Amino acid sequence: MQKIIKGPAYVLGDNIDTDQIIPAEHLVYSLSDPEESKKYGHFAFSGVPPAKAGLPDGGIRFIEGDNNRSKYNIIIGGSNFGCGSSREHAPFALRMAGVQVVVAESYARIFYRNSVDGGFIIPLESVGKINDRIKTGDPVQIDLANQTLTRLSDGQQFSLKHPGDVLPIIEAGGLFAYARKSGMIG
Amino acid sequence: MAMTITEKILAKAAGKKEVSPGQNLWLNVDVLMTHDVCGPPTFQIWKREFGEKARIWDKNKLVIFPDHYIFTSDVHANRNVNILRKFAKDYQLPNYYDVGSERYKGVCHIALAEEGFNLPGTVLIGTDSHTCTAGAFGLFATGVGNTDAAFILGTGKIWEKAPESMKFIFEGSVPQYLTAKDLILQILGDITTDGATYRAMEFDGEAVRSLNIDERMTLTNMAVEAGGMNGIIAADEVTRAYLAERTSKPFEEFQSDPDANYHSVYEYDVGKIEPLVAKPHSPDNRDTVRNVRGTKITKCYIGSCTGGKFTDFKNAALILKGREVRVPTFIIPASPSVAKRLQTETIDGKTIEEILADAGCTIAPPSCAACLGGPADTVGRSVDHDVVISTTNRNFPGRMGSKKAEVYLASPLTVAASAVTGVITDPREFL
Ligand code: SF4
Repeated sequence: MQKIIKGPAYVLGDNIDTDQIIPAEHLVYSLSDPEESKKYGHFAFSGVPPAKAGLPDGGIRFIEGDNNRSKYNIIIGGSNFGCGSSREHAPFALRMAGVQVVVAESYARIFYRNSVDGGFIIPLESVGKINDRIKTGDPVQIDLANQTLTRLSDGQQFSLKHPGDVLPIIEAGGLFAYARKSGMIG
Repeated sequence: MAMTITEKILAKAAGKKEVSPGQNLWLNVDVLMTHDVCGPPTFQIWKREFGEKARIWDKNKLVIFPDHYIFTSDVHANRNVNILRKFAKDYQLPNYYDVGSERYKGVCHIALAEEGFNLPGTVLIGTDSHTCTAGAFGLFATGVGNTDAAFILGTGKIWEKAPESMKFIFEGSVPQYLTAKDLILQILGDITTDGATYRAMEFDGEAVRSLNIDERMTLTNMAVEAGGMNGIIAADEVTRAYLAERTSKPFEEFQSDPDANYHSVYEYDVGKIEPLVAKPHSPDNRDTVRNVRGTKITKCYIGSCTGGKFTDFKNAALILKGREVRVPTFIIPASPSVAKRLQTETIDGKTIEEILADAGCTIAPPSCAACLGGPADTVGRSVDHDVVISTTNRNFPGRMGSKKAEVYLASPLTVAASAVTGVITDPREFL
């Protein structure tokens, strides 16, 4: 697992549900076909109302034009990130769009499990609210070993929570890799 | 050690004497349920990870319902159903309920109940967030994604962190103008959409005990709207009677110990609760119907695993009987068996289906339909700036179709009253 992840942040509000991450009408595409599955990247966050897309100002597109990937690889969210349906298409869509890490104040359980067990993205929890301290486009750096997020413009550091018991699954890169490593499955 | 009902069931499934909140557990799964949206990717992951020699851990424990995107011309959606069909055939699965066949059962959560899969004391996992509905039968039921489901498909196991429990006690006798939907909207307004994240929500009290299975399932269905891992109601005479008509499989009932530990306990007197709505765009955006009455609506929707059960339509019919709707009103029974009951059960000599049709409602075939928007040709889907009042469970932006639409969640009584007037209306005006 890569220990330092750097890039421009894309900032969102509270209660970003899975319909905003990937609207239900797009769930029909194949997740395994290499070409078709790119559509998930293209439609990532397409359900976020424009005023709330890319805080604090809003109106910033996560995916530009016909692209399937975003220039933002780090998402900063608020509380209850990923609430709503159980669709694993949600963390998958973020991964397809090029997201590596989401930092949110808290997560809905199924989204968190899906992110970790599928090994799609790394979901980290901030200590307290930070989506009002970072602006969309701010370059940030995440240090996974020390659980910190640094705003690179001025070096301001924010603490992240330790992932606890799920860290071995995150480090292995997903549930199957973990189960194989630990001898649960052959 | 004193334990809650959830802790006792998890202990049994993990092969332990006791468990406490926070403990990581590997559980043996009794039923794995999937549907047309999540089944195909689940099977694909299972094959990829276990290789061509992949084996299903127990065919009898796998249950598959096509229900989400089925009555559509969308090619991708139809492809998903074909994948399920082929998978069921290739592996000769006993519990596949194909759409277009006599076996079709409608919306998965209601179908699980009707087919007798919801057995007290068991662990039921589904690739759908509303899998928590099954907790109405005193079992541990929760939703997962495709990877977790693929893992279960091959191993029969899942990891879970034992949740803390929250208890919600409703005392008193439920007045005619109130339904389980109002009770759960009350809770959601109090604890918000992440108030129960990673926790069990246990429902109890005289009022809950008086509810039939349909109504109990409305409570547990929306546990996930508060972020809950599971919702649960201990089995009792009502549960046993429902099951006796549907299955002869044995089961074990559990009860919370009186001195079990809870994260929090909420007590309500149902006599003090009034008809409620969740305003756009969140299920916790609670208000009284009284406060928003007069709000103009363009569409009414009665359906889904939350509000498309027999009792929901019966409630709607109590108000729609002999009246006419002023706005397009969609009736989507959750299952063929519900649809059939609408044709056979009567109020004052008229079947419920006749009452609803005479009132001018559009009655569609059973499925999830516009509860989750769906492809453009989905019946009841919201368009443009629709203002919808609906018995479903989610009103996030775009959930029922149009991102510009506004959705109010309410009980079938409130939706029916609003359909008659064209504006949001308190059902007490008609009862
Ligand atoms: S009716 Fe709605 S909430 Fe229920 S399973 Fe179908 S889409 Fe999900």
